[in-house]
Amino acid sequence: MARETCGILSRTNFHRLLDALSAKGYRLVGPMVHDGAVVWDTIQRVSDLPIGWRDHQEPGRYRLEQTGSQEIFGVVHGPQSLKPFAFTPREPLVQIERSKDGFTTRSTLPSSEKVAIIGARACDLAGLGIQDQIFLQGEYQDPYYATRRGGLFIIAVNCTRALQTCFCASMDTGPCAKNGFDLALTEVDDQLLIEAGSEAGSDLLSALSLSPASQGLTRQAAALGDACAQSQVRRLDRTRLPQALYEAHEHPRWDDVAARCLACANCTMVCPTCFCHKVEETPDLTRQNSEHSRLWDSCFTQEHGYIHGKNIRPTIKDRYRMWVTHKLASWIDQFGTSGCVGCGRCITWCPVGIDLTEEVSALLKSSEQRSTSSRPQEAPGR
Amino acid sequence: MINPYLIHPATIMEKIREADSIHTYRLRLNDEETRRNFRFAAGQFNMVYLFGVGEVAISIVSDPEEPERLDHTIRSVGRVTSAIAQLQLGETLGIRGPFGQGWPLEAVRGHDVVIVTGGLGCAPVVGAIDYMFRRRRHYGSVKIIHGVKTSRDLLFHERFEAWGKQPDTEVLLASTRPDETWRYHVGVVTDLFERVTLDPAKTMVLMCGPEIMMRLGVPILMRRGIPATAIYVSLERHMECGIGLCGHCQMGPYFLCKDGPVMRYDLVEPWLGRGGV
Repeated sequence: MARETCGILSRTNFHRLLDALSAKGYRLVGPMVHDGAVVWDTIQRVSDLPIGWRDHQEPGRYRLEQTGSQEIFGVVHGPQSLKPFAFTPREPLVQIERSKDGFTTRSTLPSSEKVAIIGARACDLAGLGIQDQIFLQGEYQDPYYATRRGGLFIIAVNCTRALQTCFCASMDTGPCAKNGFDLALTEVDDQLLIEAGSEAGSDLLSALSLSPASQGLTRQAAALGDACAQSQVRRLDRTRLPQALYEAHEHPRWDDVAARCLACANCTMVCPTCFCHKVEETPDLTRQNSEHSRLWDSCFTQEHGYIHGKNIRPTIKDRYRMWVTHKLASWIDQFGTSGCVGCGRCITWCPVGIDLTEEVSALLKSSEQRSTSSRPQEAPGR
Repeated sequence: MINPYLIHPATIMEKIREADSIHTYRLRLNDEETRRNFRFAAGQFNMVYLFGVGEVAISIVSDPEEPERLDHTIRSVGRVTSAIAQLQLGETLGIRGPFGQGWPLEAVRGHDVVIVTGGLGCAPVVGAIDYMFRRRRHYGSVKIIHGVKTSRDLLFHERFEAWGKQPDTEVLLASTRPDETWRYHVGVVTDLFERVTLDPAKTMVLMCGPEIMMRLGVPILMRRGIPATAIYVSLERHMECGIGLCGHCQMGPYFLCKDGPVMRYDLVEPWLGRGGV
C-alpha cells in the first residue's frame, strides 16, 4: 500500500476518520461545549464536536455563539491547551507504605493510554513541543510525562479564523501547524483537507483511501491560513528579547500592571507552556500510607518564592515581573526558545483583562517614551 | 528511563547535636544496590524525605569518598525540618539525589583557597574542606573564614580548631554578638576580608552563607584583586524537585538546583540583590 501524505474527506464522511482511530484502540478526545466554554472531553461521534459554534475572545472575555452552520472546527480554543494531557494538573509520583522497619516506596507511573486528540491548534502544538523539551529533552527525563505523551495521536486543525486575542503569527508558531502532529486538517467549506505529519498519520491516511486533494483546494487552504495570519490584531515584538526585558527590571510599568493584577494565577494555569509545579504529601487517615504527588503551581502564589524565613517575591509586582521575564526572556536563555506561543489565553482568561502584548510593548519603551504615550485602556467591561 | 522522583529509604545511623535546633543525621541507604551505586561530590544535595510530611533539599556534608555514609546537617526551621528533628536513631528517612553542581575542587587544585562561610552556610562546604585536607599537597595556603551571630551559633567548633592546626592553614572566626568566652574577631565576617593575607593571582574563593554576605563581601575581595571568575558561591532557593523541572529555584536564567547550587560569581552577579529575582 502506498503511503499517503495528503487527501480530502467531506464533512459528511468525517466520521470515517474517527471510526478508524477508534478501531485502532484510541480513546477520542475533542472539543466539547460545557458550561459556556469549550473543554476537551471524550467524544463518541462527530456530533459531539461543537458543530456550528464559534468562540469570541477579548481581554477578560470568552463567549460562544451558535451560528447554525455545519462548520466542525469553528471554535478556536477553550481554556485548556494540550498541556493537561501529558503534564497533568495532579500526578501521583510515589506511593509510600509504612513497614515494620520504616517504609517502602513504589512509583505510581500511569498506565499508557492511547488517546487521539481531535482538533489541536498550531499554538498548542508549539506549546506541547516546548513542554516536550522541558520534560523529555533535558538532563532529567520525566517518566510520568513520557508515558502519557507516548500515547498521544494528534490531529491538528489549521486555523482559518483569528481571535481578537491571537498573536501566533508574530511568535512564528501558527496559524498553520508546522510539525508535531500526526495529521493536520484544514476545513475548507464542506471539505476537510488532510495532511500527514508522521508515519502513524500517514498509515492512517493510507488506510482511509481518501480522494486526492486538488491543487485548487490546497491553494485555497493555504490562502485561508495566510489571511488568518494577516487578520491578527495583536502582535509581540521579539526583536530585542531577551535583553530588553532584563534591562526593564526597574521600569515603572511593573507598578502600573501590579495595580491591576490580582495574582489569581489564571494566566499560568491556561498557559500551554508554564511548567511550575509543587510536590504535595498526602498521608491517609491511618498514617500507614502516604502519596507523594505533584500539582501545577504558579509563580503568582505567595508560596512560590518562599524560602525559610523570607519570600523572594513578596509583592504582586515581583510576581508579574517574574512571570513575564521568565516567559519572554530567561526562557530563551534556558531553552533557546520563547516560552510564549501567542495563543492569547492569558489575555482572555485574565479576570481584569491584562493584555500581555500591550504590557510588553509598554515595557519595551523607555520610561521617557512612556510618559508621552497614552495611558493603557481600562479593562473592558464584562 | 530512570525515575528521578523515586524515594529511597535510609536509616538514621547517628544523630549528632551541633547546636540548638541543629543536628547532623548520618544516613545509610537501606537498599544495598542503591547504596553501592550512590556517588556524590562535595557541595551536592539530596532531597530528604520524611514519611507523610514531605521533602526538603539538604546538602551532603560528609566525605564523598565514603559514599555509603551520608551526613546531612539540618536546622529545624520549617514544616519538614521541624518534624525531622523529632526522629531518633534507627528511624527512617528517604533520599533522592544527589543533585546539583558541587564545588569545583579540581579547578581549585594548585591554588590558594579562601573559604568563606556564614552561619549554617558552613555545612555545605565542610565536605569540600575535608576533601582538600585529605589531598593537602594539591592545594596552596588555605584560609577558612567563618562568621556567626552569637558564639552559640558556632557549629563544628572542634573541626575549626583541628583545621587551624593543619599546615599553611589559617582559621578566622567572627561573631557580631559574642559572649565573654569568644577569643576571635568581634564584628561582621566581611571585616576579615580586608585583613586576611592573600595572593590574589593564585587564590580561589568558595563562599556559602547569606546572600547579603556575598553581595557585601565579594566586592571587597574583588577590590583586593581576586577576579569574579575565581569566586564560587553556593546559593539557596526553594526547591521542590531537585531536577530543574519544578521552576521554584530560578535565579535569572539559572535553575539553582541543576545549574547550582554552586555557581561561579560572575554568572550570578547580575542577579544577586535584584529585587524579586
